Amino acid sequence: MGVEQKLGNMGIVTAKLEDVVNWSRTNAMWPMLFGLACCAIEMMSAQAAHYDMSRFGMELMRASPRQSDLMIVAGRLSRKMAPVLRRLYDQMPEPKWVIAMGDCASCGGVFNNYALVQGVDEIVPVDVFVAGCPPRPEALIHGIITLYEKVKGEKFKDLA
Amino acid sequence: MDQKLEPIVQALQEQFGATCEEFRGEVHVFIPSGQIVQALTLLRDKYEFELLSALTATDYYPQMMPRFHVIYQLSSLTKNIVLQLRVPVNGDQPRIPTAVRVYEVANWRERELMDMFGIEAEGHPDPRKLLLPDDMEGHPLRKDFPLGYEEPQFTFNFEEIDLRKPYAKD
Repeated sequence: MGVEQKLGNMGIVTAKLEDVVNWSRTNAMWPMLFGLACCAIEMMSAQAAHYDMSRFGMELMRASPRQSDLMIVAGRLSRKMAPVLRRLYDQMPEPKWVIAMGDCASCGGVFNNYALVQGVDEIVPVDVFVAGCPPRPEALIHGIITLYEKVKGEKFKDLA
Repeated sequence: MDQKLEPIVQALQEQFGATCEEFRGEVHVFIPSGQIVQALTLLRDKYEFELLSALTATDYYPQMMPRFHVIYQLSSLTKNIVLQLRVPVNGDQPRIPTAVRVYEVANWRERELMDMFGIEAEGHPDPRKLLLPDDMEGHPLRKDFPLGYEEPQFTFNFEEIDLRKPYAKD
């Protein structure tokens, strides 16, 4: 949005409330600390110094769903785990978003069997799917940027 | 056969009418399911098999009489020997007496057996499901359990499967 250019030396900004709300939502999005399988390793790597996800305003993973607004489903979800995932999602305060990270979370991946959920969109509504097995940290970060684009386009009248 | 095993197998044959198979030095002793608890007790107390290192089963479907072999893998840490006991179980209403009162570790192993093969452990103190979800039906390690779960989605059948897929509500 380029707030700093609009500031000038008057100390006053004019903007649409919609833009300001969406901007504030995107730039402080806290993901939940929740890894299910090998994708979680890539998620940690994206968090750590080398890729440093905090450049995009995601300073810290929250260990509690009550404090987070983004759920990254990192890994395959077993049917036994599915009710737990749904409960964690229900515990997150609005507004909340979900990224399905990797092939297993997106569609079951190579595991087409009784034990695993064939895509977490059967359990929670997913905003962004990130492909890859596992996706590289760049891919996850790209998924998050894509989510930002989506959030920036949200309208108040759709939320009501 | 290991020299240390010979008297043990002989005792099992005399007391329980066990039969014995040997394959590449590994001894399998077949014991009828009615006597498995006594046999395990004897092996634990007299022959120092302290450890039940595995309790699992094999499905010989479509053969039905017997369909399963329940396998008890015993280890003796003091004597450094292993012994495998096998209990043949029939295909309709398969059941074995529980070994929990001999080896405590059999608790979870038998729950797994009930999950995966549907072989009931009679007298089990806690017969809930261990690994499978509570609402799951069927026994995945049986040979007649269907392979695969969902039809793979390609371009030609994408919409057809998409319509059937149970998407989550907000």
